[in-house]
Amino acid sequence: MSRKRDESPSSLWPAIQFTVNGGSRTVRVPPMKRLLDVLREDLHLTGTKEGCGEGECGSCSVRMNDELVNSCLVPVLQAEGADIQTVEGLALNGDLHPLQQAFLHHGGAQCGICTPGMLMAAAQLLAHTPHPSATEIREALAGNLCRCTGFMHIFESVAAAADAHDAQQANEHTMEQTHHAR
Amino acid sequence: MRGNPAMHDLVAPGSLGAVLDLLAAEPGIWTPIAGGTELMVAFSAGRLNAPKLVSLWGISDLRTIQANSDTMAIGAAATFLDLRRDAVIATEFPLLARAASWIGSVANQSRATLGGNLVNGSPAADSSPALFAYDAEIEMISVRGTRRVPYSQFHTGYKRNVLAPDELLYAIHLPRRFARHRQYLRKVGTRRAMAIAKVALGATALLEKNTVQEIRISAASLAPYPTRLFDTEAALLGKAITRETVLAARSALLAEVKPIDDIRSTAEYRRRVAVNLLEEFLLELRRGELHA
Ligand code: FES
Ligand code: FES
Repeated sequence: MSRKRDESPSSLWPAIQFTVNGGSRTVRVPPMKRLLDVLREDLHLTGTKEGCGEGECGSCSVRMNDELVNSCLVPVLQAEGADIQTVEGLALNGDLHPLQQAFLHHGGAQCGICTPGMLMAAAQLLAHTPHPSATEIREALAGNLCRCTGFMHIFESVAAAADAHDAQQANEHTMEQTHHAR
Repeated sequence: MRGNPAMHDLVAPGSLGAVLDLLAAEPGIWTPIAGGTELMVAFSAGRLNAPKLVSLWGISDLRTIQANSDTMAIGAAATFLDLRRDAVIATEFPLLARAASWIGSVANQSRATLGGNLVNGSPAADSSPALFAYDAEIEMISVRGTRRVPYSQFHTGYKRNVLAPDELLYAIHLPRRFARHRQYLRKVGTRRAMAIAKVALGATALLEKNTVQEIRISAASLAPYPTRLFDTEAALLGKAITRETVLAARSALLAEVKPIDDIRSTAEYRRRVAVNLLEEFLLELRRGELHA
């Protein structure tokens, strides 16, 4: 039943264009279709998960125009022209994002249903607050629920990723200095 | 039953004028949708009774926050993150900034709008006590022009308000004269983030020579719609804060609130917490502990 609902001729619907993980995408779907369903069903980006479907759990979190949003609450027409980043856009050329590495390393993921949302909420935090305090990490992730990890490993993962980011920058800085010294 | 997107029409005219024209052409037919944090929940659950929706998202006229010389004008579609990031709101209207931080999570605050919170009219609306405490005025707009009402006259019943079918909530105006007022806001709920208030109390007061010169008190979840507690205020106005006035204010509050039992709490619990919050506010006020 739910599969069939969009099988009306697609030309019936106006074209909606936006950018996902750097690539321009155009869909012809009902304008009220949830961004979450467009990502999963039309663009086959199934990394973004549905938990509650009502803005309570954060497992559908994506970044849209540099804000964290719950994609289950965004009608796709309101994404027209937007720049969207999903969990699939975190890894670069097959190299895991420092957050993904930290989650692996520190046991920040178990069943994985909450993980894409946690990663996007953490990515949003680090983009604006590269040195978050423990309280800032908790506040940034307060809308993301996890039924497996008990949260501590997730908070540790985010803190570790922030440190790794520092280390990486320090490293780059040292390399630069070495370079200059030559 | 899941919502079926093909059953709803959604248009985004892109400008305030075009939205107003649409509302004027077919009044009552189009449901405005801003950040969708209320309507999309209903849609997902298959209980959104709105065949035609018009998007307010991305209309910049509705999202401006402007500090004028004597008022702060907040566009109805300003998000709660916009409010939290505004420097004037943070310093002059700290209760509103704090209430904004209570609205769901960051992902809700990036989409939920102040106007949406008011139009939805939940008795538990987080922003309402702060707006009453700051004597807010509500500006509405239609092709016929604009009009204003005090916020205390905006809600008229459970999820009902004074908006005409062709009108949009346009802006919320706050007078910039609370710098010397003592300010109080506290919410009691199960959890700081996300949880809906069991009870919240907000207030501002101007105290001179230990006498209450001005006072505004409001509560969430103590009536079918957000309300200002005029009788409680009257019990305090022109009085010194003594044991007797505190007791009189407690009785006035108990007489004027109409809380209900629901899944979040009971009427009796809400009454008790509300009078305790009131007393906490008054004692802190007397001790001069509240932020001016
Ligand atoms: S699925 Fe969107 S918040 Fe839970
Ligand atoms: S890892 Fe299972 S819900 Fe978080």
